[in-house]
Amino acid sequence: MGEAVARYAAPIALVALFVVFFIATPKFLTTSNMTALFVSAAILVVMSMGQQLVITVAGIDLSVGSNLPWAATVIGWTWTHGWGTPAAIAAGILAGLVVGLVNGLLVARLKMADFIVTLGSLSVVSGLTLLLTGGNQTAVSSGFLQGLALNGIGPIRWFWLVAVVVAAIAAYLLFWTRTGTYLLSTGGNLEAARDVGIPVNRVRLLAYAGSGLACGIAGVLFVSNNGGSDPTMQTNLLLSSIAAVVLGGSSLSGGRASILGTAAGAVLLQTLLNGFTLLDISQYYQPIAVGVVVLGAAFISRFQR
Amino acid sequence: MNTDVDLTKPVAQDVLLEARGLSKSFDAVQALRHADLVLERGKVTALLGDNGAGKSTLVRCLTGVHPPDTGTIAINGKAVHFATPDESRRAGIETVYQTLSLIDDLPVWQNLFLRRELTRGAGPLRILDKKAMRTQAKEILTELDVNIPSVASTVRRMSGGQRQSIAIARAAHWGKQLVVMDEPTAALGVRETAAVESLVRRLRDRGVTVLLISHDMSQVKRIADVAVVLRRGTTVARREVDSVTPDDLVALITGAQPGDAGE
Repeated sequence: MGEAVARYAAPIALVALFVVFFIATPKFLTTSNMTALFVSAAILVVMSMGQQLVITVAGIDLSVGSNLPWAATVIGWTWTHGWGTPAAIAAGILAGLVVGLVNGLLVARLKMADFIVTLGSLSVVSGLTLLLTGGNQTAVSSGFLQGLALNGIGPIRWFWLVAVVVAAIAAYLLFWTRTGTYLLSTGGNLEAARDVGIPVNRVRLLAYAGSGLACGIAGVLFVSNNGGSDPTMQTNLLLSSIAAVVLGGSSLSGGRASILGTAAGAVLLQTLLNGFTLLDISQYYQPIAVGVVVLGAAFISRFQR
Repeated sequence: MNTDVDLTKPVAQDVLLEARGLSKSFDAVQALRHADLVLERGKVTALLGDNGAGKSTLVRCLTGVHPPDTGTIAINGKAVHFATPDESRRAGIETVYQTLSLIDDLPVWQNLFLRRELTRGAGPLRILDKKAMRTQAKEILTELDVNIPSVASTVRRMSGGQRQSIAIARAAHWGKQLVVMDEPTAALGVRETAAVESLVRRLRDRGVTVLLISHDMSQVKRIADVAVVLRRGTTVARREVDSVTPDDLVALITGAQPGDAGE
C-alpha cells in the first residue's frame, strides 16, 4: 500500500492539486489557463527528462541552471549575427550538448565527483553566457520561433508536442533499449555493472550528454516563449528539474527511473506556481511551497523499496 | 620450484582447463609461484588454501582480471591468453563473485540477461525482446530447479539464498565451459546453504565444470569431487575428495601434513 502510494505519488498529488485549485478558483480549470499551464510546463518537462537520465546513473546535473540560459543566449547571439533561424536553433542545441559532454567527460573519464563538476560548470557556463553578449539581452524576432510558442496542430500546441516527444524518447531509451538497461544498471550498482562488462564510463557520459541536449532543446523553447534571451536570468529551473525527478519517484542514489512520474512532477511544480498566481498568493510563498513539496516527496520516498 | 613432480596427475580424464606454472607478483609480493591447476570436465574442483595462499589471484588469472606474469593456460588443449574479463567470458568462463553482481532494482529476468540482452528489430530501432527474455529466464530457472516466485520481481525482494541461486544460474547458463564460484555460501544460513549446495550438485549432474573456492571443509566433502590445495602461492596437493577427511584437508592447508612435492 505505502509502496503504491510512493510509486504514484506525483500523479496522485497532481490530481489532488488540480482538485484543490479547481475548488479554490473558477479561473483555474479553463481552456486558456490549462493551455498556458502546459505550455509553460513544457520547458521544465524537457529539462527534467535530461535530469532524469543523470539521476538514473546516480549522478546529478547542477549545471542545468546555467546551461538553459547559455543555450538560449547562444541562439540569441547567433540569430542577431545573421545566422538565420535553423542555424541559430542548431547552434543553441549544440551549445547545450557541448556543456553536457564536458560534464560527462570530467565525471566519467577523469573520475571527478559529479556534484563538484556540475557545480563548477554551473558557474563557468554562467560566466561564458554573460561574456557572450556583454550581459545584454537579445531579442529574437523569428517568425518560426514565435509560431512555435503560439501555434500548433489544432488545439495541440507545438510546445506540448515537443515535451511529449522528448519524454517518449527518454522512456524508449530507458525501458526499451540495451542502453537503458545499462543506464539503470550503472546507477543501481556500479560495481556489478562493471563486473558484467557494461561500459560504465560511456554510459555515464551518455547520461550527461543527454542532459545537455535536453537543456539545448529547452533553450529553444525558452527563446521561443520569451522572444529572446536574457543572460542575467535567474531561474529556479535547477531546483525544479531535480525536484520533478525526485517527486516522480526516482531515487537520487540511482538505478530507478519513472518518465511518467518525472513528467507529472514537472507539471505539478508548474501547477503550483500557476495556482498561486491565480489565487493572488504572494510570489514570495512560491519557493516555500516548492521546497515543502520536495521535502514531502523525500519523506514519501522513504517508504519505497 | 620443483616442476617435474606432477602435482596434478591429470588422472587420464577429460581435461577442460590446464594451467601450468602460473606466477604473479604485485610489486614485491609474489602471490603465485608456479601454481598448477587442472580441471576435469564435468567435475566440481574445490580450491583450498589459507588466506593469502593465492586462491583469489589464481582465479583472477583464469578470469582475465589479472593476467599471469608467466605460465600457460589451456582450455581443451588450446592455449589461451586472457587480458580482460571480457575475453575470459567469451571463452565460456563465468564467475560468481561474493558480491554476486546483481542489480537490485532490475527484475530477475533482466539480471539473467544482463549484458546479453535479446533484442528484435534492427539498427537504432532495435528494442529489447522482453517477452523472449522473460520466457527463457523462466526456463533457465526451472531447468536448474531454482525456486523464484516470479521472474518479474526485482532482485531486491529475494532472500540471500535466492539471490545466490540467481547469480549461479546466470553463470551456469552463460558459462559454457566453466563456472567459478567464490565462497558461494559464505553469507547464507543453514537452509539456504543446503539449497545452494544442491544447486551446485545439479550443475555437476548436468555436466557443468565448477571451480569452487570454499573455506568450509565439510562443504567441500559434500559437493566437491577433487580438492586442490594452495600454500604460499604454490599448488601443494591434489586429492580425490572421497579419499580424504576434512582434517586431512585442513592439515594440507596449514602445512601440518606435507604436500605432494615432499617439502
